[in-house]
Amino acid sequence: MSTALLATSTSSSFPVLPSLIIIPLLGALLVAVTSRQRPELLKLIAVMTSVTTGAISIWLLSAFDSTHGSAEFQFGSHQQWLSDLGISWTFGIDGISLFLVVLTGVLFPLALLATNPEHSNRAWYGWLLVLEAGVMGVFVSLDLVMFFLCFEAVLVPMYFLIGRWGHGNRTYAATKFFLYTMAGSALMLVGILALAFLHAEATGGPITFDLVEIAEAQSLATTTARWVFLSFALGFAVKVPIFPLHTWLPDAHTEAPTAGSVILAGVLLKLGTYGFLRFGLYLFPEASHYFAPVFLTLGVIGILYGAVVATMQKDLKRLVAYSSVAHLGFIVLGTFALNTEGIEGGLLQMINHGVSTSALFLLVGMIYERTHTRQIEELGGLQRSAPLMAGIFTLVMLSSIGLPGLNGFVGEFLILLGVFNAHRWWAVVATIGVVLAALYLLWAYQRVFHGPTKEDKEDIRDLSLKEKLVLGPLVALIIFMGVYPRPVIERMEPAVDALIEHIETHVDGFHEPITQKGSSIGEDSSSDHGAHE
Amino acid sequence: MMFAELQTIPSPEVLWWALVPLLLTGGGGVVLLTFASIKSNLPSWFSALWVAGISAAGFISLFPIWNRVAEEGPKTFLAGSVGVDHSSVFITGILILVVIATVALAHPYLKREDLPEVEFYVLLLLAAAGGIVMASANGLIVMFLGIEILSLATYVLAAYHLRKIQSQEAALKYFILGAFASAFLLYGIALIYGATGSTNLVEIKEWLSVNILFDDGLLLAGFAMLLAGLGFKVAAVPFHAWTPDVYQGAPSPVVGWMAAGVKAAGFAALLRVFVATFGSYVSDWSPAIAALAIASVLVGSIGAVVQTDVKRMLAYSSIAHAGFLLIGVQAATDRGTAATFTYLAIYAFLATGSFAVISLVGDQGDNQHDLEAYKGLGTRKPVLAGAFTILLLAQAGVPFTAGFIAKFGVIAAAVEARSWTPAIVAMLATAIAAFVYLRIIVSMYLSEPSEEKELSIHTGGRVVIAVSAAFTIVVGIFPSLLVDLAKDAIPILVGG
Repeated sequence: MSTALLATSTSSSFPVLPSLIIIPLLGALLVAVTSRQRPELLKLIAVMTSVTTGAISIWLLSAFDSTHGSAEFQFGSHQQWLSDLGISWTFGIDGISLFLVVLTGVLFPLALLATNPEHSNRAWYGWLLVLEAGVMGVFVSLDLVMFFLCFEAVLVPMYFLIGRWGHGNRTYAATKFFLYTMAGSALMLVGILALAFLHAEATGGPITFDLVEIAEAQSLATTTARWVFLSFALGFAVKVPIFPLHTWLPDAHTEAPTAGSVILAGVLLKLGTYGFLRFGLYLFPEASHYFAPVFLTLGVIGILYGAVVATMQKDLKRLVAYSSVAHLGFIVLGTFALNTEGIEGGLLQMINHGVSTSALFLLVGMIYERTHTRQIEELGGLQRSAPLMAGIFTLVMLSSIGLPGLNGFVGEFLILLGVFNAHRWWAVVATIGVVLAALYLLWAYQRVFHGPTKEDKEDIRDLSLKEKLVLGPLVALIIFMGVYPRPVIERMEPAVDALIEHIETHVDGFHEPITQKGSSIGEDSSSDHGAHE
Repeated sequence: MMFAELQTIPSPEVLWWALVPLLLTGGGGVVLLTFASIKSNLPSWFSALWVAGISAAGFISLFPIWNRVAEEGPKTFLAGSVGVDHSSVFITGILILVVIATVALAHPYLKREDLPEVEFYVLLLLAAAGGIVMASANGLIVMFLGIEILSLATYVLAAYHLRKIQSQEAALKYFILGAFASAFLLYGIALIYGATGSTNLVEIKEWLSVNILFDDGLLLAGFAMLLAGLGFKVAAVPFHAWTPDVYQGAPSPVVGWMAAGVKAAGFAALLRVFVATFGSYVSDWSPAIAALAIASVLVGSIGAVVQTDVKRMLAYSSIAHAGFLLIGVQAATDRGTAATFTYLAIYAFLATGSFAVISLVGDQGDNQHDLEAYKGLGTRKPVLAGAFTILLLAQAGVPFTAGFIAKFGVIAAAVEARSWTPAIVAMLATAIAAFVYLRIIVSMYLSEPSEEKELSIHTGGRVVIAVSAAFTIVVGIFPSLLVDLAKDAIPILVGG
């Protein structure tokens, strides 16, 4: 995140980032005009376009310059949108957004492949592709207005996905989701405008909404910046969601169709945490530091609350939904530790949560398809007839609990380490959440897969080839990132370091809270003991 | 001798080229009326075509006028009582487009409801002529004339559904309250004249810029009266009480005209009088308009939530939109004015498109407006429901629709002018109002159809809805097309 201008850092002549948005949109358009006589083409088009987008995002991973000093935004592109107000399509990614782009690129094809809608196929595929474009837009936008546009635009497809193809109380869940998030970000627009106009006034330059320019200038007065930060934070806090603004999440997750839950948990929840990193910490270092204790506390409450409530759930899907509240508490905690370990851990945990929870939702969806129930007490002994499913469920569950050797451990460990260095007691309390996670997930597993088989549920089909293909990549990621997180971390590190440096520069008397040994990635597994010292 | 004397009377200069749209609409209406009274069995398609042709010609004539104003600058003529600038051309454009849309809807509507056609078109053209006069008036008296021409024609249009008692009731309500508003307006004009010694906007502006009033009570009272009168026309709270009933009762195509056309003309007048003329007294009137704006967005949004009749919902939502427009006005800056014009243009499309849908769903008798009637529209008429969804989401201000551009513009203007309260309240009201639009969408998509009923969708409605929806998306994605145009449309008053 250096001051280098985007226009000069264009490393590729092909507008690769815009294509991440345009390809899904073209796909949606194609879906919309496909002949009524050829319904089988719909899924093909949707899968092809999302696979192409995914392939491009994976290509980015290798093309991304991770050498030393590469903290600046890469693959930049720039296109005027509303010249009157200096708004433009400004795209670019760094180590922070890179993996979220890849996560989006990977999860969408899987979600599309995994499930078939019960009706209105055309609209289903169309909305999913529009959603993908919107999410990609959030992660690659470096213009405040463009970010806001995409951030808000994802509401519409998600609203329809929940409302039209969801279960049970879907209308209520969809409307609640829409209104909650829209109300949350209503003030963010005023905040963005205030920021831009005040910045223009302070610097005497023309009005601009360019993230890098505004963030580097830090031209707002301290108190003003705190108010503007709050207007942003409210929008992000709803989206994350941070306790006590989380009440939309269990409803939305539970009533959404499987693919909707996967996308919601895997990608959409990251919009908020990503927003905190990119538009909270980077734009308002002082205010973020000032309000950090509030968010740390809310994060810890979220961890404990999510875990306790998850334990009580009777509905398997709702249980996974509440576990998300707990996991996102960890991410918030890491982010506001304001040190390298914490933020890197938070970022890793965003990806881990995306992978693990998506896999869990897919598995719950598969169980539901077979048994037509999600009530834990109506299930039991599934492992007998579906051993492979039980095995994968175990693995995914352990990753979600944070077992060493799987991906969840790396993220949680780094977060706790970072928080411990910065705010010892918060880390100590948060660790209880790790124990509780083991409790509710293992207990749920035990009730669903072990014990006596329930009536009419003796003969459960094991995973089909398609399901194996869908779960395979996620399982591979879970293991790979648990065993060898280095490639991921080394791409994040320059950007995270630059962000910390940025905070240190702009907050008087702030120094990154670190251990004597410095970064402790790849150390032995005595992590949790370390946190208890 | 007598000749020489006569020649000393100066005849006012007339810029005929600038009057073309007004002459076409006003004259076209009168000619049609004459024609129809001579030849009683005029085929109905002829009169519809006549109006459409006249309006199209009027619209085309705007392009050379716009260019000429761009080259030669704004002008005033007819002894300084009428002006031509980009703002008047812009508003004229909106009005004419709304007329074309209204005719496209009204022609099949009047046939379906078995109502006489010619008078409808005549009144519509006259109303448009009144609106054009309002948008180009350089004097308060001329502006008043415009308002009255517009209003009287619209009162009659509201009553046009002869056999519906609600239509009569709507018109009577509109007329009586409108007469009150006109009285306020006229009284305000008198007070302004008393304070400044003129009714000519240019003269008032110049007089106020060189004179300081020791006692400005008369002038401020005049502001209040003018604001009340114009506030009624644009349906701003607390002058909004007529809106839900009138919108509910009046024929649906007429409601489209009231929401889009009358509002555009009213705001053109408001901007001309307050921002352009009384700019030096901004600290006196701006807080009042801000208060009206806040009240309008809140009452409009909250009022809409409790409705079950879609027409009433959109009536309240039009009050909320008036509030948003007023937020652009109270900023009293060029950005605010440009944002208001952008908003007007966008809302014209949203309103005509939405009321076109309502008019179609209303079906024979124009009374199927309950939320029930929209149940399952998504499966019965997927394209119609899709277009309506776009229009509703745009009204909610969802990104990548024109509605977002409209709201973004006025909020940006408010923030630039440091009007924090209106900006924040308006954004919160947006979230409330979103619920209303979602309710309609829920009925269309998420509820089972209550009864299978075949809706007949006529070509006129189809075209209007398609154009509105397309406009909504295109402007949402490429806003510069419209915003740059509106930026040039700031009212400029020039002396003769």
